[in-house]
Amino acid sequence: MSQTTLSKAITNGLRASMEDDAKVLVMGEDVGKLGGVFRVTDGLQKDFGEDRVIDTPLAESGILGTAVGLAMRGYRPVCEIQFDGFVYPAYDQIVSQVAKIHFRSKGKVPMPIVVRIPFGGGFGGVEHHSESPEAQFAHTPGLKVVACSNPVDAYFMIQQAIRADDPVIFLEPKARYWEKAEIDVDATPAPLFSSRVVREGTDATVLAYGPTMKTALQSAATAEQDGVSVEVIDLRTLSPLDMRPVYESVRKTGRAVVVHEAHTNLGIGAEVAARITENCFYSLEAPVLRVGGFDTPYPASRIEEEYLPDLDRILDAVDRTRSY
Amino acid sequence: MSNDLPAPEVGAEKLGAVFGPASADDQHDLVQLLTPEGERVEHNEFAFDGDDETIKGFYRDLVLTRRIDVEATSLQRQGELGIWAQLLGQEAAQIGSGRALEPQDMAFPTYREHGVAWCRGVDPLALLGLFRGVDHGNWNPADKNFALYTIVIGAQALHATGYGMGQLRDGVVGTGDPGRDEATIAYFGDGATSQGDVNEAFIWASVAQAPVVFFCQNNQWAISEPIERQTRIPLYQRALGFGFPGVRVDGNDVLACHAVTKAALQRAREGSGPTFVEAYTYRMGAHTTTDDPTRYRLSTDLEHWKLKDPIERVRAYLTRHAGADESFFADVEGEADEVAKRLRTGCRALPEPQILDIFDQVYAEQTDELAAERDAYAAYLSTFSDDHNTAEVVS
Repeated sequence: MSQTTLSKAITNGLRASMEDDAKVLVMGEDVGKLGGVFRVTDGLQKDFGEDRVIDTPLAESGILGTAVGLAMRGYRPVCEIQFDGFVYPAYDQIVSQVAKIHFRSKGKVPMPIVVRIPFGGGFGGVEHHSESPEAQFAHTPGLKVVACSNPVDAYFMIQQAIRADDPVIFLEPKARYWEKAEIDVDATPAPLFSSRVVREGTDATVLAYGPTMKTALQSAATAEQDGVSVEVIDLRTLSPLDMRPVYESVRKTGRAVVVHEAHTNLGIGAEVAARITENCFYSLEAPVLRVGGFDTPYPASRIEEEYLPDLDRILDAVDRTRSY
Repeated sequence: MSNDLPAPEVGAEKLGAVFGPASADDQHDLVQLLTPEGERVEHNEFAFDGDDETIKGFYRDLVLTRRIDVEATSLQRQGELGIWAQLLGQEAAQIGSGRALEPQDMAFPTYREHGVAWCRGVDPLALLGLFRGVDHGNWNPADKNFALYTIVIGAQALHATGYGMGQLRDGVVGTGDPGRDEATIAYFGDGATSQGDVNEAFIWASVAQAPVVFFCQNNQWAISEPIERQTRIPLYQRALGFGFPGVRVDGNDVLACHAVTKAALQRAREGSGPTFVEAYTYRMGAHTTTDDPTRYRLSTDLEHWKLKDPIERVRAYLTRHAGADESFFADVEGEADEVAKRLRTGCRALPEPQILDIFDQVYAEQTDELAAERDAYAAYLSTFSDDHNTAEVVS
């Protein structure tokens, strides 16, 4: 079995979905001949035609607004937003329309739309190209938000998201697009809206998703060399959150550290920490700690390595939680 | 560059010669087929294709729509509705365009399209739920091909365009079979033309040649802001810049609105792309029942527009030229009384929404965490033993 990159895994997932269901459309800026700025849609227009892989005008609100109409007509649009920082012009359509039409219609009008957003930093981008807007969408009822962190998940999760009858914000860790893994396409995937223990441990639980998963796993491997056993959980789904494996883990380790690139204030980590406190209070040996981006706009790329949660900051948090 | 162009000269008064006018005369472009005095007139491009019986039907629609509006306004004043968006003065624009639609066409309304809803066969009582606060609109868009009211200004112009793109993909445009060809109409007001979404919809529809009619009711006011705050040129002239035709129609003339919309829909159905229709009308009432138009507009404007009333001119025509007698008008009035009565009693009888239902309406596929939140609240409610919700929670 050959190695596949995360970006290619999404391409293959999109291709499989389009083959399965003629109602699946891919739409966005440059997704056709160019294959997207990250080449995630590479070759799809050639195989499925311009009617199903639509190069759109340069208008993000238009991409989402027309997707609403297409969904009402029975299509399943998969919208590509070129970069995280460009999703805001479409924010109104996403939170005011896409998220609410099922509710507004008392369930009569489903909105099976997937919004693919390459997110996160660490790749030397200029302003607006390295943001982590997940909390803004996870805070919106009616949307579901997931983040893949590896090629295997990427391949299956994109197909599951397209099959879902609800709108899904599908976050792709752009700094990990080139990570490789073997994919068994015949395997039975985990449910889309489930978190997963990816490394077992006994001394502390580290929770991460998307781009920070790799860093979290590296920190666990490093901690092991110092005799500290770290359990690592990939949250995978941010709305809804799947907290059962988290509670189980924290009851075992007594300590939790949440890691994400997004701003720490009111981020996913705050919600996870609150839920752990509400549900595992008597198992906790220390407060739940957060390691996140600072509460500043994303900085210029020459200092982004200091901004992003790295091995040292995660290990420092693990040390702090063990010092209580 | 052609040698015929005049040499640029210094001075603002000369710029027009080089760059063209910054505004245009819009007084002579109105399509009108029935004058305010009730006389039929010809237009060299558009003609009304119905007979006097059709016009009688329009009269009935106009009167009933106005009555629904007046009755709903009264219900708001009586505290039965939280708010109401009045359409007074815009009946002809809505009935004319609404009656031009075929059953298979799709309509995307704002929150003021009560007359179009009437034409689509949506129960007027269903409209009241939104304004009473019992739901966000209780009709199925697929039943009558009439989407739910959209509150955010202009958002639905994009939904209509996407829907039209779907019609294109489904091969129901330009089939040559009038019973099969479909079109989509998007309603919005003059204020919406300033929104990015509406402008994006114009671009998308034009580029995709989507079968969409953009029907703008220019009622002159976006709450308190006059049309001069939205545009420096007549709205219909903007269409050309997006690459499709625009036409201005007398929005108080039901025959002209019908003829122009029908022609625009026909263009869409045959695959010739979008059209912009500007129905030039006037909002005789307030923006909504919370508004006070006396703060921002002149009473003389109101008097001026009263003379152009969309219903009176049809009544005059029917009386003078179509042999409609008092019994015809009395019948329509009687029908309006019945509709009004039904709205009054029906509004008060609209079922109260149940809080526990909201948890089940967020997603098509329920999430465990929302189900847990619902159950927790149900359990909390059940601790109030006398509470009327208890029985439901237990069952």
